[in-house]
Amino acid sequence: MALHFELVTPEKLVRSEDVYMVQVPGSEGEFGVLEGHAPMMSTIRNGAVSIFASEGAEAEVIEIEGGFAEVNEKGLTILAERIAV
Amino acid sequence: MASLKELKGRIGSVKSTQKITKAKQMVAAAKLRKAQAAAEAARPYAERLEGVMASLASKISISDSSPKLLAGTGKDDTHLLIVCNSDRGLAGAFNSNIVKAARIKAKKLEEDGKKVLFYLVGRKGRPVIKREYPNQIVKHFDTTGVKTAGFDEAKAIADEVMEMFEAGQFDVAHLFYSEFKSALVQDPVGRQIMPVAIDTQEAADTGAAVEYEPDEEEILAELLPRNVTTQIFGALLENNASEQGASMTAMDNATRNAGDLIDRLTIEYNRSRQAAITTELVEIISGAEAL
Repeated sequence: MALHFELVTPEKLVRSEDVYMVQVPGSEGEFGVLEGHAPMMSTIRNGAVSIFASEGAEAEVIEIEGGFAEVNEKGLTILAERIAV
Repeated sequence: MASLKELKGRIGSVKSTQKITKAKQMVAAAKLRKAQAAAEAARPYAERLEGVMASLASKISISDSSPKLLAGTGKDDTHLLIVCNSDRGLAGAFNSNIVKAARIKAKKLEEDGKKVLFYLVGRKGRPVIKREYPNQIVKHFDTTGVKTAGFDEAKAIADEVMEMFEAGQFDVAHLFYSEFKSALVQDPVGRQIMPVAIDTQEAADTGAAVEYEPDEEEILAELLPRNVTTQIFGALLENNASEQGASMTAMDNATRNAGDLIDRLTIEYNRSRQAAITTELVEIISGAEAL
């Protein structure tokens, strides 16, 4: 039971790993993605992506700027314009 | 025959040239590794973006209301050639190859009766194009202020080009840069970036109902400009890696040629030195015999 999560910026592939859940700041509201999520595509606004490595685990937060997210049968891919360091 | 002193001077000057080319070669080799890594790191983003665009575009039918970047302006009269060069020389034929590719394209377009405009990036391509097309350069984007052109520069270029596109200053844009194959091989390429040429055949039809948030067209409208930026960014990175590769190869050759030249000059130097000694000896011996 894992969600394959990828975070990509124009400069590099930032993350590619299996996680439990990811919270994405969609432009029409936050949404969480678990494994088996229905396919969707959304633009995202500037905000924080929270990554939960396992159920109940502490969230890892990455600040991103603009971009969009795609969920398909392979997992979740976030294409972000840039990430804040 | 050159005098000994002259030869010595020439050997000295070739040696110092060799030192310069050798240093530049080593610098390029070190930079190449970094530039290559950067170019490769940028590929996943471009690939994914293209995949998403293809799947989106296959779901949208092109109509009058669809974004200009996808549908085009409906005309094919004015072409903008975005030519990316480097700011520094000492890279063999790197810059002239890119300019040559752009000039061939420009000539072809003009023969077809199209109007050609140039948008130049980097310092090195400017003089050549300016000589041939003095009034057709719309803009020269200066990258000398930054060490290596990055995403911010790509965005600035893309924004400006898109503004011109929206204003109807041109109908089709081509991007020229050098694709990095290996340290030895760099291919100058030109490809159309606006309007976006999407290969809808490739789009994988998953059959699943995808939920769009907001709707398809709005996402596509946001995606298209981003795609232009990404392509330009990719071109800048590829160019950077290619420049270092070309520079390394050119400087390696130059160093070797300088070595050959030094060898030849040294032989000549020794030969004339021996000739001088022999003459002196003959003079002494014949002088002694005469006594």
